[in-house]
Formats: sequence, C-alpha cells, structure tokens
Amino acid sequence: MSTATMTAPADKKSHSLALKAGLLLVGIHVFVGLLTLVWLPYDPTAMAGGRLEGPSLLHWLGTDRLGRDLFTQMMIGSRIALIVGIGAVTIGAIIGVTLGLLAAFASKWLDDALAATLDILIAFPTLLIAMLVVAASDTANLWSAIIALGIALSAIVARLTRILAKRVLVMDYITAARTSGSSWPKIVAIHILPNIWPTLSVNFALQFGLAVIAEASLSYLGLGAPPPNASWGRILQEAQGTVYTAPLGAIAPGIALVSLAIGVNLLADGLRDTIDPTRRAR
Amino acid sequence: MNTLSTGLAAGGFAFLAPLLSAGQSARNSIILAYTIRRTLILIASLFIAAVVLFVLLRLLPGDPANALLGVGATEQQIAAARAQVGSDQPLYVQFGGFIGNLARLDLGTSFVSRASVLEEIGNRMAVTLPLTFFGFVVALALAIPLGILAAVRSNKWYGAAISVISQLGIAIPVFWVGILLVTLFSINLRWLPSGGFSLKGWANFGEAITGMILPSLTIGLVMGASLLRYVRAATLDVLGSDFLRTARALGASFPEALIRHGMRNGAVPVISILGIELASTFLGAVVIERVFSLPGLGSMLLLAIQQRDYPNVQGVLFISTLLVLLIGFAADIAQRLIDPRLRGRGRVLA
Repeated sequence: MSTATMTAPADKKSHSLALKAGLLLVGIHVFVGLLTLVWLPYDPTAMAGGRLEGPSLLHWLGTDRLGRDLFTQMMIGSRIALIVGIGAVTIGAIIGVTLGLLAAFASKWLDDALAATLDILIAFPTLLIAMLVVAASDTANLWSAIIALGIALSAIVARLTRILAKRVLVMDYITAARTSGSSWPKIVAIHILPNIWPTLSVNFALQFGLAVIAEASLSYLGLGAPPPNASWGRILQEAQGTVYTAPLGAIAPGIALVSLAIGVNLLADGLRDTIDPTRRAR
Repeated sequence: MNTLSTGLAAGGFAFLAPLLSAGQSARNSIILAYTIRRTLILIASLFIAAVVLFVLLRLLPGDPANALLGVGATEQQIAAARAQVGSDQPLYVQFGGFIGNLARLDLGTSFVSRASVLEEIGNRMAVTLPLTFFGFVVALALAIPLGILAAVRSNKWYGAAISVISQLGIAIPVFWVGILLVTLFSINLRWLPSGGFSLKGWANFGEAITGMILPSLTIGLVMGASLLRYVRAATLDVLGSDFLRTARALGASFPEALIRHGMRNGAVPVISILGIELASTFLGAVVIERVFSLPGLGSMLLLAIQQRDYPNVQGVLFISTLLVLLIGFAADIAQRLIDPRLRGRGRVLA
C-alpha cells in the first residue's frame, strides 16, 4: 500500500466511508499489536486469576480454563494475526509477482504451461496446501504456517500478475520503449510494475484477510503456532470445550477475527474506489 | 477454428432456417467437440495435479518407511520397510509407479490401519458428500431468492441490509459460525446434537440426518452469503440490460421478463462461481468436520497428516483434487449448454 496510491486523488470525496472504516478497524489492531511489544496487562502464560472467571474490572474478558487473562491473549492474537497477514502476503507477493511476470514474458508454450499449472494450483485449496507444508516441517511454528500460506497465496497473485502484465505488454508505449532501446528489466520497473501496482495492492489487502482467516483455521485444527502463541484460532479451539460456562472465550476471538478481516476488506474496497477513476464519481 | 466457423454457421442457421433440427444437431456437435477438448484438458490437469502431489509428498521430511517402523528399528528392518514402501527406488521409478497406480485408482493401503485407502475414502465420503450437498442446497436456497431481492429492491432498506450482511460472508471463519450455532442450538436451546455422527451410519437414518443439520446450516450460511453477492451482481447486470427493457416494451410483465430472460443470462456468471464455491465447500468440510466431530474425509486427512500415514494423505488429496477438477469441468460444460454465445469460444485457459 504505497503512499502514492493513497494520496494521489485530489477529490476529497474519494476517501470513501469504506476506506475510513477500514483504516479505523485495521488501525485498532495495529495499535494493539504494537502495544503488546511494550506492554501487556498480565503475563500471557501465568495464572492471573481463577479458572474461567467472568468479565470483571481486573479481567476485562475473564480468564480461560487455565486461569490466564483472556484480554491479554486476545491482544497477542492481534499481533500474531498481523504478523501472519504481512508475512504471508509478502511471501505470496514476491513469489507470485516474479512467476506472473515470467509467464507474461515467456514464449507461448511456456506461458500456456505456466498458466495451466497455476490454474491447477489454485484448484488445490489454500488450506490443504498449508496443512501439508505445516505437517512437512518437523517443528510446527508460526513461520511454517506463514510460509505455507504465502506459497498457497502466490498462485493467485501469479495468475493476476500475469493477466495484468500481459494487458500492459501489448500497449504502444511498451513497443516505443523497446524500440528506443530500454532493456526488459527497465521496462518492468518503469512501465509494468507502476501500472499493475494499484490493482495488485487491492488484491494484497484481500489476500491479507484470507491469510488471517486461514491461519486461524490452521490453529483451530491444531496445525498452527504451538503454545504459548495465543493465535485467535487456538483460543477458539480451547474455548470450544468450555463454551457453556465461559461463552465469552468462544465469542471474543471470533469478533476480533471478523473485525480485522472486514477491516482489510473495507480498506481494499476503499483503495479500489480511490484508485479506479471510473468508480470515483459515486 | 473449425468449431468457430461451424458455430457461426449454426448460429446463422438457427436464426434463418425454419428447420429447427438442423440447428439442433449442429448445436450438439459443437457441444460434443467442446466436451472432448475439455476432457483432454481435464486429463492434462489431473496429470499436473499428480505431479504436484508427488513433489509435495516427497518434500515431507523423513523417509515414508519410518512411519512403518518403531523407534528401535534395525538396519535390516529399515531396508525391508524401504523396499516395501518403494522409497529405495530411484525417483523416476517411484514416479512411474505412482502415476500408474493413480491411473488404475489403486491408492494402496494405509500404513497405520492396513486398510484399503480407497475403501476408507468411500466410507468417509458417506459423511462428506451429503454434508457438502446439504450445505450447498442451503446456500442456494438462501442466495438465489435473497440475492435477486437485494438487487431488485436495492433502493429499499432491506435490499441494502441484505447486501451489507452478505459482506460478512467473506470475513467470517466458517468454524466460528459452527461454534456459535452449537452454542445457540445445542447448548442453550438443546434442540440438536452438538456433534458426532450416528455409529451405524446412514442405517440409522434419523440420527444421521439430525447430526447433519447444524453442520449443513453452518456451511450453507457462510457459502450462501458469499454466493449471494454474485447473484446480486448478476441480477443488477440483468436489470440494466437492453434485452430486459425490450422484453418489457413488448408487453412482458416484470417477473415474467426476469424469469424468462433474466434467469438464463444471469445464470452464466453465477454458474462458474457455483463451481468454485461447491469445490471450496467440499474442502471447507475439513474444518467443519472438526467442529462437529464428524468422521468424514477431512478428519481422515487430519488424522493421516498427524500420523504421517502417507498413503492416506496422498489418497485423500488426490480424490479431493479429482472431485474439484470434475466440478470445474461440469460447470464449464453447463455454461456452454446455457449460453449459446460461449459455444464458439475454445480457449478455456484464459
């Protein structure tokens, strides 16, 4: 999300409601996530109170079945979700954009082969690929989940990059740049990337949401980061058994997840409206 | 290109000639040609999927033979296990055997239970397929009427409300919806079981079907919400179209015009999404089965991954991919059957 795309339009109305709401929701999680680096209400692994206490002034969301403060765990969950989202999207973007550009520049048959392979990789579901990669790494940690999700997302990014880059490659100004002696790397840097970046960045925001939900699913299945990493998915899995006595434990992490996912989706919508001049009039 | 010209000719005939049968048979031959081409692509896709699967499984750490052995295995035992699994062979031999077995649908036997993988998958399918089907039906029952309503009445408050709520569909993790539904219907209201499946399977139909209600509802709600957005978008496109205005000008009532002309046009983009959604529902069952402790394909995969039961992992992934590709195949053919405009277009791989 470059500052150029965020501040480019002169039209004030284009900073739509969606963009503002998205920024607010994501902003809260970013703030909380950063805050956990310097301050936490309680030690996340210590018994801070009795088991399955209800909400109180001491424990805003109560405690879990081991007596740990739920609000503290939720705060760490924000940090983990952000790390997962940023990490997975970065990996997906690096692999995906490289592959997509390669396919766009490649000879006909290589391009066709790459395109077909990408279609099939996309048919392979993100979650199953991630499950396999996580299982493949001997010690499951947060990074194996992030790498797995990044690899899974890269196929989607690659397909989009390829289509977008091919659209730019047929333009007259590319031919002009080629005849005036620009090298291919220079054309990519000057003409292709700036042109496809706006659409790609909107897509990255959507992928961020997908990655966060997928990591929560992995953690819920027991394939995510091991304790004491309090991923929202794992809090949900642990709280499911005690949902009758402590329903908040099964509700709060879900709300946090949904608010972050909706936040990035709104941000993507807002960005799209800001970037795409044809949608600006509304 | 041959099909393109016949396609154009058929279009011309159907329009000009009173002989309907001539147009009909030309239409059939175009669809047949497309089906054949699409089948070849399906087979190629399956081959690529098998290659991906082979590579992914070889990336898993350790020798698959280790899964057969205890901790204190001797050199001879390891060698014997490697020979049994075939991991002592060079990679290209392993790959040849792998493809040959898949082509014959020979998925081997489980390392852990020694049961036939295909048979086990068949048993698990008895849970996963109905679950996917019921979930899909719930999704369609929600998405189509509500999506059309949200588009037709987009200026009313409830039309707007429907589309706002449907936005949640892409942001809500399906397992959380499951947990919430269990909390409400099983724990607080005590109407339905919170999980598990009839031990006798479908032989105990009543118990089996009650066990399916909440999981199907969970899938249906989440998938229905995301499907609704596509139905709404497709309906909005139809509403702004010239053909609908013309139909209205020729005297058709609004519902009549929408059903006769709108449905068929709106269905085309929705069907390709349906294919994707159906596939993702089937795969999303992994998580749902965990929420409701259902003994389906998803829990088989999860268990197999934990136990490093390679034949089971491989079998489930291959059969899942096969089904996903078949769904895509069916969606593409259905689109050609519904929309004559697409029939001339050969390229599937955009």
